[in-house]
Amino acid sequence: MSSLDVTDVRVAFGEVVVLDGVSLHIAGNESVALLGPSGSGKSTLLRVIAGIVAPDAGTVVVDGIDVTAVATHRRGIGMVFQDNQLFPHLSTLDNVTFGPLMAGKPKRDRREIGQRWLDRVGLAGFDDRNVTELSGGEAKRVALARALAAEPAVVLLDEPLTGLDRELHDRLAVDLAELLRTVTTLLVTHDPDEAAVVADRTVLLADLVG
Amino acid sequence: MNRLPRWLVAALAVVPAVGLAVFYLWPFATLVVAALDADALTDTLGRSQTWKVVWFTLWQAVASTAVTITVGMIPAYVVARFDFRGRSVLVGLLTATFVLPTVVMGAAFLALLPDSLERTVWAVIGAHVAFNVAVVVRIVGALWEHLPTDMEYAAATLGASRLQIASRISLPLIRPAITAAATIVFLFTFTSFGVIRILGAPGTRTIEVEVWRRATQLGDIGGATVLALLQLAVLGVVLVWSTMAQRRHSRSLAMGPAALRRRARTRGERRFVAAAAGSTALIAIVPLAALVVRSFSTPDGWSANAWTHLGRTEVRPGLRVGVDPVDAIANSLINAAWATLFAVTIGALASLAITAAKRHGRLIDGGLMLPLGTSAVTIGLGMLITFDVAPVDWRASWWLVPVGHALVAVPFVVRVCVGVLRSVDPAMTDAAATLGAPPIRAWWSTVVPYLWQPLRVGAALAAAISLGEFGATSFLSRSGGETLPIAIEQLLGRTGTTLQAQGYVLATMLATLTVVLVVAVEQSEAAPQRMVGP
Amino acid sequence: MTSTTTPRSSGTSPWVRLAVFAGVAAALITTSACGSDDAPATDSVAVGQPPAVPGTGDTTATTESTSGETVTLVTYDSFPESDTTLNDALASFTAQTGIGVDILVAGDAGTMLSKASLTAGNPEGDVMWGVDNTLLSRAVADGVFEPYVASGIANGSIAVDDAFTSLVPNGEATPVDYGDVCVNYDIGWFAERGLAPPTTLDDLIDPAYAGMLVVENPATSSPGLAFLLATIEEYGLDGWQDYWRALGANGLEVVDSWTQAYYERFSWAGGGPTPMVVSYGSSPPAEVIFADPPRTDSPTGVVESTCFRQVEFAGVLRGTDSPAAARRLVDFLVGEEFQRELPLNLFVYPTNQAVELPQEFVDFAVVPTTSRSLDPAVIDANRSTWIDEWTGLVLG
Repeated sequence: MSSLDVTDVRVAFGEVVVLDGVSLHIAGNESVALLGPSGSGKSTLLRVIAGIVAPDAGTVVVDGIDVTAVATHRRGIGMVFQDNQLFPHLSTLDNVTFGPLMAGKPKRDRREIGQRWLDRVGLAGFDDRNVTELSGGEAKRVALARALAAEPAVVLLDEPLTGLDRELHDRLAVDLAELLRTVTTLLVTHDPDEAAVVADRTVLLADLVG
Repeated sequence: MNRLPRWLVAALAVVPAVGLAVFYLWPFATLVVAALDADALTDTLGRSQTWKVVWFTLWQAVASTAVTITVGMIPAYVVARFDFRGRSVLVGLLTATFVLPTVVMGAAFLALLPDSLERTVWAVIGAHVAFNVAVVVRIVGALWEHLPTDMEYAAATLGASRLQIASRISLPLIRPAITAAATIVFLFTFTSFGVIRILGAPGTRTIEVEVWRRATQLGDIGGATVLALLQLAVLGVVLVWSTMAQRRHSRSLAMGPAALRRRARTRGERRFVAAAAGSTALIAIVPLAALVVRSFSTPDGWSANAWTHLGRTEVRPGLRVGVDPVDAIANSLINAAWATLFAVTIGALASLAITAAKRHGRLIDGGLMLPLGTSAVTIGLGMLITFDVAPVDWRASWWLVPVGHALVAVPFVVRVCVGVLRSVDPAMTDAAATLGAPPIRAWWSTVVPYLWQPLRVGAALAAAISLGEFGATSFLSRSGGETLPIAIEQLLGRTGTTLQAQGYVLATMLATLTVVLVVAVEQSEAAPQRMVGP
Repeated sequence: MTSTTTPRSSGTSPWVRLAVFAGVAAALITTSACGSDDAPATDSVAVGQPPAVPGTGDTTATTESTSGETVTLVTYDSFPESDTTLNDALASFTAQTGIGVDILVAGDAGTMLSKASLTAGNPEGDVMWGVDNTLLSRAVADGVFEPYVASGIANGSIAVDDAFTSLVPNGEATPVDYGDVCVNYDIGWFAERGLAPPTTLDDLIDPAYAGMLVVENPATSSPGLAFLLATIEEYGLDGWQDYWRALGANGLEVVDSWTQAYYERFSWAGGGPTPMVVSYGSSPPAEVIFADPPRTDSPTGVVESTCFRQVEFAGVLRGTDSPAAARRLVDFLVGEEFQRELPLNLFVYPTNQAVELPQEFVDFAVVPTTSRSLDPAVIDANRSTWIDEWTGLVLG
């Protein structure tokens, strides 16, 4: 039931101002889709929230706690990258259980958590599969399972369905909506239909300024 | 499977294979046949001194390699990941340390050591580390900068600290490069010659030193050949292991073609980068500074005369030193240009063949490393008695020296290129194939473009190696002009204040030339790719 | 790309690949072994190749007309390749005879001889310069030289000390220069401390001179070997070991090469801690000639009684394609025009007694009247044993 508050965030790379005075509120368990043309700074906003990019001004607050200065790995914010970023040297199960491993969970629990999440994303039995041999849809599901298995307070998704073929896209969109119902979610996309299926609410990046 | 046709792989492999056979295997085999006999074998293997030398060679090389890799990881990371003022100069300085003649660097190193450490095995290991850190920075850095930063961030969002990211994500993924760097450092320290002679206790010998001593000082060519074979046998085992390890651990990374270097952002990051770059620079700058200082010093005080009176100037009426720095620089540059051309051509073809051929690739890969691990004396002597009859009467041909340099440089070009090529995602070739590209076309448009970037790094290394090469080619007879390292040796081998200072002037010039060369290549490589922020 | 490796490939053992590699090597060995049967023949050089290529010649080599030929002078790496008066003298030889001279540098003296031994009969060049008396026996035994007595020496127009010519009784080579390896000392260092420099080998084991001497390892350095031979000459085959034990106990320092000893450890040239070093008898004049700033007196001196004589030889290489031209070059190398350039370029003394020494040599160099020497055959027969024994004794 974590809420997320982004207030007056400003990011500039040298002379180029990418985000200026962006604010956003997401209630606990709410799924929000962020729409905007490519290059508008959507991904940068996700990176600010995850702590990958430090903002020049503004704050990121999770559950009333200011995490702006907190390191990424202590924020409890999960992220599904556009290109998944699965760890190629680890098996599918070890990818999914990476979060529990970092949290210091014992081996038996990790295995159980990992298999449960693989099952939930429809990949039961994929434990020992080489992640570099997964199809695009399978890899995306693994990335999602990996992010959720870490039990984040907030999960961020960067264009999760881009690049998948139409049928797969539609099926995964429904699955996503289901999976994300119990977690606070911010989803970046450029596709209004996708936003409507997956999220409870849709906002335009341009509307967040001011 | 979208396999490349066999004929293409064979065509790629033929030039490197023939080059290796003609300029390495044939001469070496000829010498073995000419010099090896049962007496030499039993004498050498029966001498307890032989096994002492083998043991010392092995343990000091293992120790030197382990320490070099450990010390080199931090600068490799900083150079791969961060963009900072002086980055390419730092890389240039490190490379200069690596390629400068050991007689020069060893002397500079000696001047810096406290007396109690001089001529001990610790001095030897210390010097090996200082001289070889560049190998780790270049080879590991080359792969590391292609490792997506987002993968590290992905681990962070899953709760991994910096240390956990390094140990569980980055290190396993760059392991092939670490193995490759370790292999080269091992080869270099296992066959160490100059450092041992200058910094080791007198009588301390590696197999390489003992081969040289037997062949040239005692005229025992049979014994030298036995030792050279012994050296090769030990290295063969290490190389087979390393080649297998590299392939086993090599992964397809979803690589971006662009380097992902960025400026340090937080204060902690800036401090870390500054500290790492600063302390690494110190390793390189201090010996180089010692060279400059010595070019100005005489027993009677400071003097710039060595710089102003360099070359053809008459020391006394009718008496000239006989070393012309302009000629020496020109000779060195011409040699380096040819050596680089040979090394880059052979290295590029070999790298493509190695990655395309998969199974047989290992053979070419291992084979090309062999010259690095073979005593330079035996290759030089082998060439002498092999290329002595028409139509291969090539003794003292001008191009034999650059070919010798290329033999030493090719493994570096291959290591840098293969590491990157192996990491190209096969899905891309497959993707190209699904778009209708035939295998060769798909390979040409997805794999080959990744070659240019590491090839530039390889070319810079090859040129620098050629500029500083002394060991291997000092055993090839030569006529018509000396290169800088040879001129330096010659000046430092004669009595006289002027000559000594002029030797250090030339050493300073050689260092400068190397740094300028590496920095120039480094910048041409960086310019189109620097990214602003993530 | 590993992930796409076919299952077949993972089954092949690396040893199989190694075996294939060994097979290739073996095939090459066989080929080259067959080829080497023809290698030593001197007539295998193709006729009509450009004369500039070393080791080739043309059919005129067998006649007395040598004009237009080029001979290759194989030499050690401290021989200047260009820009000195020594090279000017060689150019003058070409002007007089029409025979060009190419210089081929073959490494240090030991390396040069090893190469010459390996290629005896099919040499890299036509004339070799710089085999010294410690290496001479090996050169002769391996058949490196084509015996030839320089015409000037044969007809008596050039006078050379009998002590030198007697080393080559069958005219295997021609003595062309000589010099000495001696203990050098830093004059200023001793003066400052009011200590008299030593005068004998025995003095060097006197505790008054403890920790003052640096020598080169005879296993890796030619002056180092010469100094060992000096002590063997003085103390005999059974006495030199005790002397070196005493030297070791007196704080002897050993380094691997002359450059290290002189430029790193010697108090004068290297700013090091030791005021005495094994170097050359001609080092003091070199210190004056190459001084910077110029000076009129030598900063270093020589302990005369420690000197060991080194004589260098030049000779016609057996199997040369241009024997006539090669002989003319040897005649020239011992002639006055070339010999008078030796002192200031190679820092050795000319064997041609007609040559006058430059003033610096007269003033600062020492030609010891009692310089030590050993029979080259004895040196060659025992070198390896002595060095091993020395190594065990001094380096432990």
